[in-house]
Amino acid sequence: MIPIVYNVRSVVRRPVSTALTALGVGLVVAVFIGMLALANGFRAALAKTGSNTNALVLRKGADSELSSGLGRDVASIIAADPHVATGADNRPLVSPEVYVLIPLAKAFDTTQIANVVVRGVSDQAWQVRSNVKITAGQRPTSGRPEVCVGSRLTKRFPHTGVGQTLHFAGRDWTVTCQFSAAGSAFESEIWGENEQFMPVFRGDVFQSITFRLKDPATFDDAQRALQADKRLTVDVHRESEFYAQQSQLLGNILSFLAIMITGIMAVGAVFGAINTMYAAIASRAPEIGVLLTLGFRPWTVLVSFLAESAFIAVIGGVLGGLFSLPLNGIVTSTTNWSSFSEIAFSFRVTPALLLVGLIFAVVMGVVGGFFPALRAARLQVVQALR
Amino acid sequence: MALVEIRDVYKSFQRDTQRIDVFTGLTLDIDAGSFTALMGPSGSGKSTLLNLIAGLDKPTRGTVRVGGEAVSEMSASQLAAWRARHIGFVFQSFNLLPVLTAYQNVELPLLLTRLSGKERNERVKIALDVVGLADRADHYPRQLSGGQEQRTAIARAIVADPTVMLLDEPTGQLDAKSSQEVLALLQRLNSEFTKTIIIVTHDAHAAERAKMVLHLEKGDLIEKPRATAAAMR
Repeated sequence: MIPIVYNVRSVVRRPVSTALTALGVGLVVAVFIGMLALANGFRAALAKTGSNTNALVLRKGADSELSSGLGRDVASIIAADPHVATGADNRPLVSPEVYVLIPLAKAFDTTQIANVVVRGVSDQAWQVRSNVKITAGQRPTSGRPEVCVGSRLTKRFPHTGVGQTLHFAGRDWTVTCQFSAAGSAFESEIWGENEQFMPVFRGDVFQSITFRLKDPATFDDAQRALQADKRLTVDVHRESEFYAQQSQLLGNILSFLAIMITGIMAVGAVFGAINTMYAAIASRAPEIGVLLTLGFRPWTVLVSFLAESAFIAVIGGVLGGLFSLPLNGIVTSTTNWSSFSEIAFSFRVTPALLLVGLIFAVVMGVVGGFFPALRAARLQVVQALR
Repeated sequence: MALVEIRDVYKSFQRDTQRIDVFTGLTLDIDAGSFTALMGPSGSGKSTLLNLIAGLDKPTRGTVRVGGEAVSEMSASQLAAWRARHIGFVFQSFNLLPVLTAYQNVELPLLLTRLSGKERNERVKIALDVVGLADRADHYPRQLSGGQEQRTAIARAIVADPTVMLLDEPTGQLDAKSSQEVLALLQRLNSEFTKTIIIVTHDAHAAERAKMVLHLEKGDLIEKPRATAAAMR
């Protein structure tokens, strides 16, 4: 085989064209990683929202909390179900919840209105959702118009600090606390007492009922029992699966866009690589002639120049990875198309994503290097040496 | 049996609409252990002959045999392996790879053998020693003089111990002193290591060193092989 040091040093000897080609590949990789980090972060936020140990009950056929409705009787039947875990005080860990979207003006641009989730929960909810932690202030007191605000909302919406007053549904609501929820979608919600929200919003009806399973392994049993119960017309979902499903539509669209856009950009980068490699091979025809004269076979020349192109692309891939790293953790928000609600999440640049970016770069390099390398391998020795 | 047997070889090139006949029925033998100079004016077919012997080019008709093997019949892939084993080629313009050191340039042909790293290292050192460049192993071609570059190229040509060394105007780009060094080296390789050497040259001094001089003109041998003074010694 032709030693790789030959290619590496040849690449280093033309720093400008190498740098430009690598930069082209790098930018594509950065955009690619960035867009996948967005999809990744969005999926992760929703995946973390649902717990494996919880079950979510919706009206039969409802594919989101927004389109669901359950009466108080349903809440009582579920609270009495034997699959439901009980808390330290022996009360069932059930949270019948009101789920409403309210328009709120954003802090930075008050002309921009976002749909923010307002969730009315039972006092058990704080135990049912074990990832929810109060970070400042006191939990809303039962029977009073008080709310607790998710940590992702506080910077993006005005009047969300502890002690401030939010105005929605024709009333004033005092913010008594803030909570975090491990980066999940709950952090983009406003929580209050369900009994406070019911009269001002949609009347005497809950949108969903979430309960803690006594044993997570018995979910299938619980699902079968509740769905078969003649008194109920409900669907029971494992909470983790429900939220993963909620992320599917937009998550898939984001991934699709990532591949579409970077695919189009990649064509440009590949042409850059093709150009660089054709120029390199044209100027090194005598060297190729020598290698062939020495007895290196044409296919080893092909492999050698493919490796050279791939090497340039790897430099680009590493650059792209470095470009994309600062994105990691940046918080952005969007409307989840499955629930129409505003959800904030952060870009997640994971090691796996960086590796995918690097592989993508190598693929661009190999594709871009193929035809030039083929030309190199097919050079006629006598002509090449001239 | 001669080492190189050229039998009734025809070679023509197509240039635009014109056909140029370089050889029309050339027959020639070159013996093992000989030191042969091919002379003649430009376009007489000297380099083409060298390329045919090296299997870099194919005759239009006729056969070229080297060591009993029909070079003119081999496939491209067979030729590559055959050249690696049997041919040491030296070019007028040295043609060292600029990004590799003298050592790495000389080592290249050995990468096509099954020798271990240690064996390769020994061989490269011997080859550089023979051409008097042991102390220049880590120099890049641009750090060497023309004469040193050509001697490195000769080291590259002998390192795999080929059957024949073919040199295309090896002193064409060298000054008188470097030329003499290179020619003395070739003479030594022939007499001391009994290498078969075929050299294409314009240089009368170079031809003097050869045991045999062949004159080509318009593709024909115009003089029958004659022994030179060197062969008499």
